Amino acid sequence: MALEIAYFAWVRERMGVADETVDLPASVTNVSSLVAWLAARDARGQGAFAEPHRIRAAIDGVMMGPDAPLVGAKEVALFPPVTGG
Amino acid sequence: MIRVAVQPEVIDIAAELDLHDAGGHGASASFIGRVRGDGDLTELFLDHHPAMTAAGLADLAHAAADRWQLSALTLIHRVGAMVPGETIVFVLTSSPHRAEALAACEFMIDRLKTDVMLWKRETFADGQVRWVEPREGDEARAEKWSQ
Repeated sequence: MALEIAYFAWVRERMGVADETVDLPASVTNVSSLVAWLAARDARGQGAFAEPHRIRAAIDGVMMGPDAPLVGAKEVALFPPVTGG
Repeated sequence: MIRVAVQPEVIDIAAELDLHDAGGHGASASFIGRVRGDGDLTELFLDHHPAMTAAGLADLAHAAADRWQLSALTLIHRVGAMVPGETIVFVLTSSPHRAEALAACEFMIDRLKTDVMLWKRETFADGQVRWVEPREGDEARAEKWSQ
């Protein structure tokens, strides 16, 4: 399954790219398995996703928890907790 | 009138006040958040998600307008690189009654910290760069509006 992933804040800096399109293996079905797959993929992924509890996600513009399924998703955004205002 | 904007340009407070005041209001409350120069900070950078940040600010503005009797609401957030003294956020609420204007203004300031897709990165004079970590107090202040 092809999926667009967008990164923000220090996740973007550690990944070295703002977004990418990936071809997911069948074993990656939800947000937490996507984060684990990215962490295992290469050194940059390890640097960005070694601590999954610090990562938040949105699927197609809507905030989602780690168990949220990826089926039907076009874009997943991965980022740290927000610090605005 | 509800006016919401996310912009890399300097926030023009006087121009925003003029826009907001067209028509006249009984009571107006405002908040101006500025970049502090603590610890020799030289730059504050705000990262954002273009679609989700704009949607989050609009949701916040509409939540305030639903909850309090407001005649006008302005919510402008800057993004990108800023220097100490510059305005990060400008909130302006107007109502026939001061209590409503003040409460709506405080509600939006508190919720901005936790509900809107924005991330702060600080750069200091010695070259140190760090992303701001969320504070528990921010969560508690945002949460009190749910009670």
